[in-house]
Amino acid sequence: MTVTAPGQAAADAAAARPGAVQGRGPWRLAWERLRRDPVAVASAVTLVLIAVAAVAAPVVAHAVGHGPDDQYSDIGLTPAGLPVGPSRTFLLGTDNLGRDLLVRILYGARISLLVGVVATLLATVAGVVVGLAAGYLGGLVDVVLARFMDMVLSFPYLLLAIALVSVFGSSLTISMLVIAFFSWAAIGRVVRGQALSIREKEYVEASWSVGSGPLRLMFVDILPNLLAPVLVLATLLVPAAIVFEATLSFLGLGVPPPTPTWGGMLSDSLAFYQVAWWFPLFPGLALLATTLAFNLLGDGVRDALDPTAGRATGGGGR
Amino acid sequence: MVRFLVRRVLFGLLVLWIVSGAVFVLFFVAPHDPARLIAGRLATPQTVALVNHRLGLDRPLPDQYASFIWRLLHGDLGYSYYSSAPVRQLLASRLPVTASLALGGAVLWLVAGIGVGVAAARRPRSLVDRGGAVLMLAGLSMPTFLVGLLLIYFLFFRLHLAGIDLFPPGGYVPLTQDPAGWAQHLLLPWVTLAAVTAATYSRLTRSSMLEVLGEDYIRTARSKGLTEDRVVYRHGLRSALTPVVTQLGVDLGTLLGGVIVTEQVFGLPGLGQLAWQSVTTQDQPVIIGTVLVASAFVVVANLLVDLGYALLDPRVRPS
Repeated sequence: MTVTAPGQAAADAAAARPGAVQGRGPWRLAWERLRRDPVAVASAVTLVLIAVAAVAAPVVAHAVGHGPDDQYSDIGLTPAGLPVGPSRTFLLGTDNLGRDLLVRILYGARISLLVGVVATLLATVAGVVVGLAAGYLGGLVDVVLARFMDMVLSFPYLLLAIALVSVFGSSLTISMLVIAFFSWAAIGRVVRGQALSIREKEYVEASWSVGSGPLRLMFVDILPNLLAPVLVLATLLVPAAIVFEATLSFLGLGVPPPTPTWGGMLSDSLAFYQVAWWFPLFPGLALLATTLAFNLLGDGVRDALDPTAGRATGGGGR
Repeated sequence: MVRFLVRRVLFGLLVLWIVSGAVFVLFFVAPHDPARLIAGRLATPQTVALVNHRLGLDRPLPDQYASFIWRLLHGDLGYSYYSSAPVRQLLASRLPVTASLALGGAVLWLVAGIGVGVAAARRPRSLVDRGGAVLMLAGLSMPTFLVGLLLIYFLFFRLHLAGIDLFPPGGYVPLTQDPAGWAQHLLLPWVTLAAVTAATYSRLTRSSMLEVLGEDYIRTARSKGLTEDRVVYRHGLRSALTPVVTQLGVDLGTLLGGVIVTEQVFGLPGLGQLAWQSVTTQDQPVIIGTVLVASAFVVVANLLVDLGYALLDPRVRPS
């Protein structure tokens, strides 16, 4: 946001002094608040590292010389056929089929991040479009869409997800679609509520009076003003989607084997946790680090975008 | 008020009708053959045809749907393809387990969530606030099965190795049979549910409490010289709990329909386990029955929440 003409003189004067005050838009202010939040910064750094590790999975696989699906039944299993612990050959140990756990965890990060991000994007786009349509168009459209969203939100979703996957067969695409289908309505409901109130603002009326059509009003005039809550919700939806995917994989309804997924690895480790602590531990830690970082970052983004939340009002804090 | 209630009830019934119809259609669209599954791999085509006929699966789809709805309206959910037991009886025998699990879990997560939320709201941005938030988020960030496995590993397996048998690794004992055993078997599942749910409640309580503590009547209460504890708990918490009650209604409604993962991890014979078994064996009458019961709980919970709102707060009472 630029400084307007009447403020220009003051801004020039301020610029002359050290530590000058500059005009800063709300997004810029939020960004600066976020950068000063150590928890949010640490979470963001963690997520960047995990993303880099996911992208670099083939490089690591090449470096250690173990593919994600290579079974080392000779050196990767004990004579009794059990997983071997962390060693110089297998840095994080092996699984029940003698596969390198480190390599599989890195490949599993690709699935988790892909499902988390794609499902969230699908859900966000659907939620924004439906929510905007309901909130802006109103009338019968609103009644039908709002009721539909209420209905999706009142589905026993895990049960229906299981039923859907068992009927259509499990695959990466089905997992993402099922997760998106049970997530978009939460965003849609918030967008609808915001759109209902923003629709009545004078500037929207002004835009309408100079001939803006409904699409322009919805997506150019109203949408930018609801990006903040949508951004917060979307950030918090990613870890929920990752947890959802892990649960589906754990139940054997996610991405089919041998593709490595964290939920699937945890499920495989069930029979071995008593003899191979590394088998459930490392996939579990990878999953927890990712989802916790997303959740903490989401909280940070919310605090940064809404500085009044969490600040003591009145005489609290004693 | 009456019109509002009638509208909500009708909408609830509509939801149930659509959900049951969707599941019914879903399992006909699906490329599967329950008769062949029941008759077994080696069955002759004649046997399969006989099973199909006995189940009524050889009749046209609209015909089957009509008799399904007709029986449903009479409270008859049909018979399991596998055990041949009435679905209603199956559901009724599983409900106490799930109810014990959901209600006990709710008590735990309410105590933890509201406790942390209030402490955080009294000192926003303090160590208590930050630490509580991270602790709660750690629970939210874990899939339910992971929490359950961690508890089983440390509180059953490690203790068992050390010669202490405090908790069983799973199973269920009815409350009427042995109250102590009931609680002992359910404590770990309760903690699991509470760990993954409490974060929602601490967040809600914190933000709503912060809002309430800024109200004028709180300042009045303080200026009257009431102790801070009295102000916070007697005056503040009471009105701050409204959104918490709403969330509780929704969560309980969802959970009573079956706590699939927790019941699976701890081997509890509840509605969630029944649902899971029926899906994996494609036992269609049982699937439809569990989905219907689960949806009914959600619908009723939403109705009660709306009703409670309307009774408590005249402002939301619809005209």
